[in-house]
Amino acid sequence: MAEHVTEPEDKQREAAPAGGVGIPDQGARFSRDGETEAEPRRPREAIFQLEKVVVSYGPKPAVRDVTFDVGRNEITALIGPSGCGKSTLIRCLNRMNDLIPGARVEGRVLYHGEDLYAPNVDAVEVRKRIGMVFQKPNPFPKSIYDNIAFGPRVLGRKQNLDETVERALTQAALWDEVKDRLKTNAFGMSGGQQQRLCIARCLAVNPDVILMDEPCSALDPISTGKIEDLMMELKREYSIVIVTHNMQQAARVSDKTAFFTVELASDDDHRTGRVVEFDDTEKIFTNPADSRTEAYVTGKVG
Amino acid sequence: MSAHGGAIGKAPASQRAKDTGFRLTMLACLGLSVGLLALLLYDVVKDGASHLTMDFLTSFGSISADKAGAEAAIWGTIWIMVVCAAFIVPVGVATAIYLEEYADHSRWWNRLIEVNIQNLASVPSIVYGILGLAFLVRGPLSLGPVVLAGGLCLGLLVLPVVIIASREAIRAVPPSIREGSLALGATQWQTIRRQVLPASIPGIATGVILALSRAIGETAPLIVIGAATVIAFNPEGLDSRFTALPIQIFDWISRASNDVNNYKPLAAAAILFLMILLLLMNSVAIWLRNRYEQKW
Amino acid sequence: MEAGSTTAAGARAVPSLGAARRRYGEDVVKGILILATFLSILTTTGIVVALLVPTIEFFGDVGVWEFLSGSKWTPLFEPPSFGVLPLLVGTLLTTGIAMLVATPLGLGAAIYLSEYARPRVRKTIKPALEILAGVPTIVFGYFALTFFTPEILRGLFNADVNIFNVLAAGIVMGFMIVPTVASVAEDAMSAVPQSLREGAFGLGASKLSVSLRVVFPAALSGIVAAIVLGVSRAIGETMIVLIAAGQIASNSIDPREPHYSLASFIGATAKGDVPTGSTEYKTIFAVGMLLFVLTLVMNLISIRFVRKYRQVYE
Ligand SMILES: Nc1ncnc2c1ncn2[C@@H]1O[C@H](COP(=O)(O)OP(=O)(O)OP(=O)(O)O)[C@@H](O)[C@H]1O
Ligand SMILES: [Mg+2]
Repeated sequence: MAEHVTEPEDKQREAAPAGGVGIPDQGARFSRDGETEAEPRRPREAIFQLEKVVVSYGPKPAVRDVTFDVGRNEITALIGPSGCGKSTLIRCLNRMNDLIPGARVEGRVLYHGEDLYAPNVDAVEVRKRIGMVFQKPNPFPKSIYDNIAFGPRVLGRKQNLDETVERALTQAALWDEVKDRLKTNAFGMSGGQQQRLCIARCLAVNPDVILMDEPCSALDPISTGKIEDLMMELKREYSIVIVTHNMQQAARVSDKTAFFTVELASDDDHRTGRVVEFDDTEKIFTNPADSRTEAYVTGKVG
Repeated sequence: MSAHGGAIGKAPASQRAKDTGFRLTMLACLGLSVGLLALLLYDVVKDGASHLTMDFLTSFGSISADKAGAEAAIWGTIWIMVVCAAFIVPVGVATAIYLEEYADHSRWWNRLIEVNIQNLASVPSIVYGILGLAFLVRGPLSLGPVVLAGGLCLGLLVLPVVIIASREAIRAVPPSIREGSLALGATQWQTIRRQVLPASIPGIATGVILALSRAIGETAPLIVIGAATVIAFNPEGLDSRFTALPIQIFDWISRASNDVNNYKPLAAAAILFLMILLLLMNSVAIWLRNRYEQKW
Repeated sequence: MEAGSTTAAGARAVPSLGAARRRYGEDVVKGILILATFLSILTTTGIVVALLVPTIEFFGDVGVWEFLSGSKWTPLFEPPSFGVLPLLVGTLLTTGIAMLVATPLGLGAAIYLSEYARPRVRKTIKPALEILAGVPTIVFGYFALTFFTPEILRGLFNADVNIFNVLAAGIVMGFMIVPTVASVAEDAMSAVPQSLREGAFGLGASKLSVSLRVVFPAALSGIVAAIVLGVSRAIGETMIVLIAAGQIASNSIDPREPHYSLASFIGATAKGDVPTGSTEYKTIFAVGMLLFVLTLVMNLISIRFVRKYRQVYE
């Protein structure tokens, strides 16, 4: 596995002058061309910057006031009670919400300084770079090989397909388990293997960011442990956003944590989620600024 | 149930008798319907089995009932079924894809299209004959009563069957598959073409076969568009005049009672052949469904 | 079709998220699909136009009122008479008899399948009903003419019936419609939530009263839909009536007599050689229009009722 970890420096070099923006330098956010690189290189570089994001499915927002950013080669965890809009939010980071009729995104979602919802932005182009792993493993009803090869094939990257497949499966720590049965149907794998297959499938298109919506909620503790190890490994090369209900998981793997709450409107029972606190994971779990965060992470409320 | 009923003072015996009586009555309704099917099959086999010979299948119609056969009708049926299939598969599947994958069902026009298709599925077949007569045989296309017109007319008739079955097959593909594909950067059409369609092909194929097995027995529209009854040649192309099995059967039935010749066994033999074809088609459909249907 | 087939490294080197070019392929495909979908609208339009134009011409020759209220249908006589009532009587008779058969049998079969049959029984019986539904109507016509009338009506019941008669056509058509009624009704009954049944069983109700007092009313709109759809089928059925009920337009309501229906009249007239453009030729379309409107109303009612129970239970 280790031989594949040569890429990050490479990646940093490429992307930083293009869209990379140090987080404190809010003013330089729109310098897309990268010519204005007079400021010093900052240690933390933002992949996503969200500013007052509001997502609604109907007349009322499902989640609002979301302001935080996602740093390069970090794992950012989104935690909070059920229905607070974590899935809603993570799905608007790769424009999956476009598929839901009536879903609207307001506020600003910047990806490498570029507005993800600008009119000229192509959602397909976005999803090529921002991969997603879903709550329930969703392998395609095809062979293991074809599952992995599907992404590169539709993107027209058909050279060295075998290598791509092997590399993706190796990165997802699945190669040794499946290398002898690449042609068998993916539906025959265990749930944990299927989820790692879905991660591998996502890696095969070589994304920049991986979004994971409760990737371990359908898995047993052993498979969960494997996927957590995998995330720690992948973080060297990719940036990861993960939704989880598992506090220990968030504490174990993530660097930054955003805590969401849900507020019940007084007049009807419409629920709106919002971000209460965003900070280093360590701080969120040991010394949160907000009392609601503290109550939640210490398990005092659901 | 009735045992407990007894404990709280109902008349268990009469209650149970009533219950059993009801159950048996309901079963009789079912039995009677299936019984009639059996009777019908028995009648057709009894009348026609002895006539269903190789000679019968390979001779043309004739003035003499002993020499008459169904060859022209069989080939005519094959031709119009091929035309019908070539028409309904692309059009039906395309419509189903649009309605399932693209249409926004909150728009009134898309709902109108759906109701329209549901209605078309129950428009009397003879009305499709009139449609075919006015637009295909005469009128704008003026094809004449030829294979192409017959196949298209039956195609329009069974198109709703294909659309409805294909929609169900497409709907059975879970949304998570589409999401998985789109999240990899596939476009909507790539997702449909490479994930949704392959997974729904068994269901679509079953629907197409069912549609064809409805079309193969349709008589009324072919009568209206003017399919020939007595013809002594096989179709040679899309612009050939044709006859078809149901038309031939109808012709023989019409003659059975008022001719010196006895055409009744001919009609029965042709019906038997038609029923065997139908049975084969249905078996293939069932086999396809069981063998290839994707379990999610 | 693939717009930005950038290489793996290129995806990061070019941060712009705009498509390299518009995905015209996607639009073209969508256009084709819409075009195909449009054909079904075109079909309905085509039917209406095909029927309407000659019908209007027909009403230039024959008054609308004469057509709808006249009780003599003699297009071939001199002078001809175009009162459609005899055809309506025939349609009403065959449809009425068919529904007298199909309603109890279809609903009974539906109740048995949904309330009593164990899954395995259902699995074997449903295909049998589907085969019955798949038998071409011309076969039912043959059966009615060559077996049902001579062997059953005349033989079993010693009935004094014409060889072509409404009774045989209606009864056999009823059997043809049973699967339609049964399957739509059974869908509706199966959609009734199990909790409703359990509630009644908990009060000590028998299966009989649960079926009739709980399931039946709860599934009522689906049952209405099933019956109305059956009526629509019966009104539009051509071949059984044409073959087994003879070809006479009369006002007799004696089911032992032969009779035209709307549909069988069209079939018989289209089969004969009627000169194009004659008033008699146009009768095909005027009668077809009436048939289309009648079945359209039935179908829309049925669609409405199906919607209703779907909304309640799904
Ligand atoms: N497709 C949709 N259409 C309408 N409303 C939706 C849709 N998806 C989610 N919602 C609503 O948005 C709100 C947030 O839902 P979301 O799924 O984002 O919550 P979540 O934080 O992911 O919850 P969980 O932890 O249970 O997954 C909920 O009130 C939900 O009802
Ligand atoms: Mg969620």
